[in-house]
Amino acid sequence: MWKTFKNGIFDQNPTFVQLLGMCPTLAVTTSLINGIGMGLSTTAVLVLSNLLISLIRRLIPQKVRIAAYVVVIATFVTVVDLLLKAYLPDLSSSLGIFIPLIVVNCIILARAEAFASKNKPLPSFLDGLGMGLGFTLSLSCISAVREILGNGTLLGISLGISTPAIAIILPPGGFLTLGVLMGIVNFVRERRANRNA
Amino acid sequence: MLDIIALSLTAILVQNVVLVQFLGICPFIGVSKKTDTALGMGMAVTFVMTIAAMMTYLCQKLILEPLEIEYMQTVAFILIIAALVQFVEMFLQKIIPALYSSLGIYLPLITTNCAVLGIALVNVRSQYSMIESVINGFATGIGFLLAIVIFAGVRERLEFSDIPKPLRGFPIALISASLLALAFLGFQGMKIGG
Repeated sequence: MWKTFKNGIFDQNPTFVQLLGMCPTLAVTTSLINGIGMGLSTTAVLVLSNLLISLIRRLIPQKVRIAAYVVVIATFVTVVDLLLKAYLPDLSSSLGIFIPLIVVNCIILARAEAFASKNKPLPSFLDGLGMGLGFTLSLSCISAVREILGNGTLLGISLGISTPAIAIILPPGGFLTLGVLMGIVNFVRERRANRNA
Repeated sequence: MLDIIALSLTAILVQNVVLVQFLGICPFIGVSKKTDTALGMGMAVTFVMTIAAMMTYLCQKLILEPLEIEYMQTVAFILIIAALVQFVEMFLQKIIPALYSSLGIYLPLITTNCAVLGIALVNVRSQYSMIESVINGFATGIGFLLAIVIFAGVRERLEFSDIPKPLRGFPIALISASLLALAFLGFQGMKIGG
């Protein structure tokens, strides 16, 4: 149980290891609050869709399964979208079209196909939670780095950096931050593997 | 006429779908190892995006708005795009087999290309007319084609470079994409037609 949960956060981290869900990872990580908001919204959809798909997995005919998954996912995305619009309008407007675009986030469809369609509801729920939190963690790292370097703030609080590098918040900085962080993750994993060998 | 040119140039260069708006990153990174496959993917995306822009516009105006069920937008659009991709695939296979054999393997991948759904949503949110939506869909597709082909050219060169081991593969590809995005940032200064 614990292993299923931990799998998504570290060993199979959706962003740094599986390279899934790149669009929101790059687009919304301009400030930490956006990163966390996006991460948690995706987690909510992932957990609910994994749970429901696992519950109805025997009812879905094999041939139309992908279409069925997409409808389930799109329904939960709509729910999350409407909830955010009602209760967190600021976050909703800064995430913009990337909230409805959670539908095509490949992490969710990938977990539905690879895990929830073959496992019982409880493990599927934990898998969704683990993957979602792993995604949230990666987004938080990227967005914290970008907010500190690009805007000189963290969660909107000034850190006293007089000349922030604005380019880091602009699109090129997104690619650069993710590329460098991925390089660091690879470096650490390699060293750990060498030590164990 | 001037509006249409302004709209297309904005969609191709100033608001480039991949490098500025961050839509369609998965195929941009995934299918950009060789220039000719990148070209195939770019053409397939342009094709589907143009038709999808038209279909989603019609769906929005003729079904969702009259029935006042705009909240079904996400569900409806993704189903339209999935069905459209399937239909385009069958259609090309029967009618233009030559085009099918060159685009074939890329077509199923387009369903999960967030750029197609993204543009459909942008069209509705910007309240574009039918013509503007279709032009925007087509020009965005061309912008995607341009970005992915240039990027594939860069990556072909990267194969022969001596890169530090932890950066090999995706990290260096992302860093190159960053430089490409920096180049496209230069177009931001162009304000076309207000």
